[in-house]
Amino acid sequence: MAHQPNGTHGAGGHGHSEHKGHGSFKSYLIGFLLSIVLTIIPLVAILNDLVEGNAAMAVLLITAVLQFLVQLLFFMHLREEDKPRYNLMTLIFGLVIVVTIVAGSIWIMTNNTVAH
Amino acid sequence: MEAAHADAGGHSAAGGSHDEHEDHESLKTFGFWIFLITDCILFGTLFATYIVLRGNTNGGPTAEELFQMPGIIASTFILLTSSFTSGLAVLAMNRGSVKGLIGWLIVTALLGASFITLEITEFVHMVQAENATIGTSAFLSAFYTLVGTHGLHVSLGLVWMIGLMIQLSRHGITTVTKRKVNVISLYWHFLDVVWIFVFTIVYMMGVM
Repeated sequence: MAHQPNGTHGAGGHGHSEHKGHGSFKSYLIGFLLSIVLTIIPLVAILNDLVEGNAAMAVLLITAVLQFLVQLLFFMHLREEDKPRYNLMTLIFGLVIVVTIVAGSIWIMTNNTVAH
Repeated sequence: MEAAHADAGGHSAAGGSHDEHEDHESLKTFGFWIFLITDCILFGTLFATYIVLRGNTNGGPTAEELFQMPGIIASTFILLTSSFTSGLAVLAMNRGSVKGLIGWLIVTALLGASFITLEITEFVHMVQAENATIGTSAFLSAFYTLVGTHGLHVSLGLVWMIGLMIQLSRHGITTVTKRKVNVISLYWHFLDVVWIFVFTIVYMMGVM
């Protein structure tokens, strides 16, 4: 009698940990196909000169950011994280620093009269 | 671990300690996530350096003259595939198949090794045929540092993966090895993310 509910609890707990963990074959396959497509798009567009200048830059950056999201969501399972979402918070903190360093460096060097 | 837990089914104390143990494992995974973010900042600074220096070729060869896209495209698809196969290793582990897990880890390691081989071939070709060494220009210093740091990460990942395969063949799938496989798979996906930006910012923008 006492054993029965405990057994169900254990099974439920197990199912939960599998769910939060690691996705399914389907989600990995979708992620893989999306990442292949997102690599082929810029390759075809840039190497065949379909787009040039700022449009080419936009295609490159947008597909790269989408690829980044595919890896995070389908492979690194960011959306399946339990609350509180410390992984997501750490990631956002890191990205703020990276964007500050990269954008700040570019801004400083393009406005640097000594370097030109 | 699983069997011990099932035997102790009736005791709530045993269930509690199991949960605490799982919390501890997820805390270790979170610690690894923090390491990945610090690595992200390291690569961010290297990318910033490369972006501001890439025009300074000092009369030496430019990105457009140096980069040979067929090799780069091949290594990009190799790394994307290895990210997928490391995911399949985790899926095999969740099914409880040690053979499947080690098998997919071997496939991932072989893909990683071919990626590194292609990269070394590219570097050797650049140094020998084009005379483009790390000291030739600011552009090449930043280039070799950025791409080389990524290559070093992949190489260390390979050593780590081989060590983990030995551990798995000895101990099988336990709570500890399970966490280690999850962590190395995170690391491998992260390296793929960094390569996406190397591919886009260094190579594609270089030949544009």
